[in-house]
Amino acid sequence: MKSAWTMLGLMLLGGFLTAAPARAEDAAKQPCDVPAYLLQSDGVLKRVEETVKKGQPLNVLVVGSRSSTIPAQEASAYPAKLQAALKERLPAAVTVNLSVELQPSKTAEDAAGTLVKLVETKRPTLVIWQTGTVDAMRSIDPDDFRSAVDEGVVALQNAGADVVLVNLQYSPRTETMISAPPYLDNLRVVAQQHEVPLFDRFAIMRYWNEAGDFDLFSTSHGVELAKQVHACLGRALSKFVIDAAHLEPAQQN
Amino acid sequence: MSSIADQIAGAPVADAAAAKALVEPALVEPAAVKAPAITLPATGERELRLDLFRGLALWLIFIDHLPQNILTWLTIRNYGFSDATEIFIFISGYTAAFVYGRAMLEAGFLVATARILRRVWQIYVAHVFLFTIFLAEISYVATSFENPLYSEEMGIMDFLKQPDVTIVQALLLRFRPVNMDVLPLYIVLMLFLPLILWLMKWKPDLTLALSAVLYAVTWQFDLYLSAYPNGFWAFNPFAWQLLFVFGAWCALGGAWRMSRILSSNITMWICIVYLVAAFCVTLTWYVPQLGHIMPKRIEQWMYPINKTDLDVLRFAHFLALAALTVRFLPRDWPGLKSPWLRPLILCGQHSLEIFCLGVFLAFAGHFVLAEISGGAALHALVSVCGILIMWGMAWIISWYKHSADKGASRNKGTGGNADLAGGGA
Repeated sequence: MKSAWTMLGLMLLGGFLTAAPARAEDAAKQPCDVPAYLLQSDGVLKRVEETVKKGQPLNVLVVGSRSSTIPAQEASAYPAKLQAALKERLPAAVTVNLSVELQPSKTAEDAAGTLVKLVETKRPTLVIWQTGTVDAMRSIDPDDFRSAVDEGVVALQNAGADVVLVNLQYSPRTETMISAPPYLDNLRVVAQQHEVPLFDRFAIMRYWNEAGDFDLFSTSHGVELAKQVHACLGRALSKFVIDAAHLEPAQQN
Repeated sequence: MSSIADQIAGAPVADAAAAKALVEPALVEPAAVKAPAITLPATGERELRLDLFRGLALWLIFIDHLPQNILTWLTIRNYGFSDATEIFIFISGYTAAFVYGRAMLEAGFLVATARILRRVWQIYVAHVFLFTIFLAEISYVATSFENPLYSEEMGIMDFLKQPDVTIVQALLLRFRPVNMDVLPLYIVLMLFLPLILWLMKWKPDLTLALSAVLYAVTWQFDLYLSAYPNGFWAFNPFAWQLLFVFGAWCALGGAWRMSRILSSNITMWICIVYLVAAFCVTLTWYVPQLGHIMPKRIEQWMYPINKTDLDVLRFAHFLALAALTVRFLPRDWPGLKSPWLRPLILCGQHSLEIFCLGVFLAFAGHFVLAEISGGAALHALVSVCGILIMWGMAWIISWYKHSADKGASRNKGTGGNADLAGGGA
């Protein structure tokens, strides 16, 4: 009954939007839409698909460095937002559990060593591994970085988890100090080799900056910008996961 | 001999023909008599193509160092594997060998080495100067910027907490910020130039072969130079020396000996096919929708294309570009004298100064873009202004050389050849 009302509401809204002039359509656009090509991936999340189709609980584990959180605002960071968005988009019967394993200032090599143990204790269906930032800051040899990520991904897959890789943040202010490209390239290579979906956080954030959604050069000391960006990242990531698992969202909107 | 060099460097380009007539006999003879192993190009005329492409490389490096904007799409790295760095290192090797190779033939190993070391010192000082500016820039960023979104990335500023160590490491060329990697590479390559030239004088082809062996060994055994606080040199000198030595080899007669290969149609078609293939591959980077067209096999074999160690694909791409350029742009192409290309050629003729200015302008551009959040138009404007400033500076420097310092430089007698040897990075 409730969903019927929602449908009706949406239809009315849709009718209103198509009737309204173009400017209203722009206003209704999400502030941080991500073009489809940035969310495209060849990788498939088979285990996630099976789990959700069977209606079993979906356990997600986010492993990442400090850019996977906002200091003192964990509930606003992208992992929490991802959980909320998944809950909203997946059938109501599926419970979504999410835990975050922050490994500040650990390189991919350091993190890779801990992954198997983590998977054994937490038994996640999906591991979202955000990596590369620490390696880029320490300018670890990109080849070593690649083999570490490679090793980690294989270990995760063997331990029975689906993997999504998340790359660096787009950080224009530190561009003259941190050289991201080698790490972005190598993450892409590993993702291609193991057919793992790569969530291109860097390209997406750069797109937002260029499209004017966010001013990532901003010197603002406030936490607002971080909250908004993470909310958008969480939403985009949920869409990415659902697409890669070939799960149609519960409601198309 | 240094007066000859002075004349080469000092001759206004418009008078190049006169300079050629003046200089040519003096140059050919010693080369022919003393060292049959290598042949210096038989003309003292300034090779404008080198200046043109070095100037172009300087502009492209500057644009590539700025945040992406509309001009970025004009840079060659978007259309193939190699980028402006390859052009730069090759031309630097070429001109350095051309100038100091002659010095070695005429004045001997010791004098040439002394001159090279003076040049190395100049580049080193330029690098330290740039580092100072860089330090000022990031200290500013570190104190003014505290966005919680980037609390992790700002950790990169931690080195500011230990300025003693950092500055010493920078003087040792071990601490090198992003975008400041080219000068240290150039310093190391120039340091080894005396050895390279000495070997080339003896057996040029063997020298090139040794260089290729070093390149292969680097790939096989993963040789690298470590950096501070950790990591490695972003341009591995063990690998990039191949391009530098190849440039030197070409300058010392290799280009002439290769001319038959270069003018063959087979070479031309191989180059064209390779460049088109590379273009198609790069297209898939920027139009991800095309990504699935690429066969998986090829992707796995090809990626990552390693810039640090000068990937073979990059080197080959540069060779193909160079071969086509030499074929379709003859040395006496009248367009080289056209006023439209003057700005590029001027910049190429003062490469060390203009390179440093470009790095500084890139820092300044970052700063402006960060402080004034303007859209794509401002980004493009910053790039264009930077290029205009580089041109203006090149013009001023050449004015100094030709007018302000005219009397002085004639009497000084110590090589004004440095600008042809070219500088920077």
